[in-house]
Amino acid sequence: MSNWNQSAMTSDELRIVKDATCTFCGCVCDDIDLHVRGTKIEKAQRACVLGTAWFLNHEIEDGPSCLIEGKPASVEEGIERSAQILAGARYPLIYGLSDTTSESQRVAVAIADWIGGNVDTTSSVCHGPSGMAVQGVGEVTCTLGEVRNRGDFIMFWGANPAESHPRHFTRYSLMPKGMFVPNGRKDRTCVVVDVRKTKSARAADLFLQIKPRADFEALWTLRALVRGIDLDAQQVEHETGQPLSVWQDLAERMKAARFGVVFFGMGLTMTRGKHANTEALLALARDLNKYTRFTVKPNRGHGNVTGADNVVAWRTGFPFGVNLGRGYPRFNPGEYTASDILGRGEADAALILASDPLANFHQQARAHLQSIPYIALDPKETPTTRHATVAFHVAAYGINVPGTVYRMDDVPIPLRPAFESPHPSDYTILTGIERRVRQLLHAK
Amino acid sequence: MTETFVLIPGRTARQGCGISEGKFGDNYQQETNLLLVAAADMERLGLQDGDRVRLTSPAGQVEVPVTAAKRDDLPAGLLFIPYGDVSCRLMGGDTHGSGMPTSKGLDVQLEPIRHDQ
Repeated sequence: MSNWNQSAMTSDELRIVKDATCTFCGCVCDDIDLHVRGTKIEKAQRACVLGTAWFLNHEIEDGPSCLIEGKPASVEEGIERSAQILAGARYPLIYGLSDTTSESQRVAVAIADWIGGNVDTTSSVCHGPSGMAVQGVGEVTCTLGEVRNRGDFIMFWGANPAESHPRHFTRYSLMPKGMFVPNGRKDRTCVVVDVRKTKSARAADLFLQIKPRADFEALWTLRALVRGIDLDAQQVEHETGQPLSVWQDLAERMKAARFGVVFFGMGLTMTRGKHANTEALLALARDLNKYTRFTVKPNRGHGNVTGADNVVAWRTGFPFGVNLGRGYPRFNPGEYTASDILGRGEADAALILASDPLANFHQQARAHLQSIPYIALDPKETPTTRHATVAFHVAAYGINVPGTVYRMDDVPIPLRPAFESPHPSDYTILTGIERRVRQLLHAK
Repeated sequence: MTETFVLIPGRTARQGCGISEGKFGDNYQQETNLLLVAAADMERLGLQDGDRVRLTSPAGQVEVPVTAAKRDDLPAGLLFIPYGDVSCRLMGGDTHGSGMPTSKGLDVQLEPIRHDQ
């Protein structure tokens, strides 16, 4: 299944892979120089702490590429068993997708389409609520290049890039000297809004610590102030944890910016209010465009979660939580999303692609997944691969496998792998499963 | 003695590195099994670094060691734990029609575990 060139990979010669792309987080930094010797990356120049851990911990691992019920099997046997499980299921789930190439994502959606299943991505437990909000009120957006060259007012709300996207500040949002911000950090104002004083808060000019679960109230306070509506000072402070004067000052600073950007994170989408919080923020950015240029962007986590949104959207019309059981796509978060399908015990089979729900989902969902036959594809051993009926150990995207990923601002970026793997890519496995599923369905 | 706190699970750089190193490795396991508590709350509850507490939410119960949050990272009444198995055991399954379970800002009951328990 692999065209692995063993002699080239066992050479002791040092090779430099220029401008490799890091796929750990949504920043997708594509300026990493990798020092590679054989099948070992010795150094990842310019990578952050997360990128360094990503590149330096993906060596070739011994062991079979496929396990069926915990026992070594050939890849062909694994594909056959996977296709039998999926083609015979009544309400299957295809889930994950966010840590692989868009080429593989496309095939995963195709399998869901053939078997009339549900397809959902890790977006649904990440920025899925943001996607719902975008459908409700729209999105005033921009690329990270525009932020770098124009942004003079940078706000982070419920986001902590100092820990989750360590090069965000230096590569895109705070430090770079840009076309219209020639003095870099000195030309930018940075505001952080959060319930705790994160590492990112320490980089800010202004930090607003708000009450937990008060994001909705705080955002609507700002919306009201931007529109010139009088508010009760006592009520504002009671509900948000900050005095009205602080919000008034912030609203005026936002209106006075030349190019404002709000990056927001899980602090909005995972807490009380969810899509209502992000809807309020997107609407605030829209309101501010009466005064100046203001944009808003989700800080996306996984390396190609933005690609998952894009691919599922251009294959089905919707970004996540899609059911194809009637032969046409239906979108309904809460009904066709993985956490709900598994939590209610509905799915009777699953394919988990580059994701680890047994580590990240709530207990009912985890228990149900463990009770049904499922297939897992991952370059690492995880709780999800350990319990899978069929587990494929696949090559790592960006390190062993080429392809395309989407940066958090929807810009597609090519991968430049460092060395080949003896394990197959998930693309190879998925195309094999798709082909066999079609044969089985045709024979029915 | 049980008190109500608000729990914020979240990303840390060490937890992120642990994902690449392997979720069964020490780095990931240690990081995702450590609860940060505001220094003032630690003192008030008579807790020291390494002491264990029991956290209970409507969805589940876990026991974890605690450590004091650095400087003024956490206000009193707020707890922080890096994303992982422990935080997910306290998370409910209701997504309120969004696909997203409420995963931050969870009400939890904290109970120190005495050494003789």
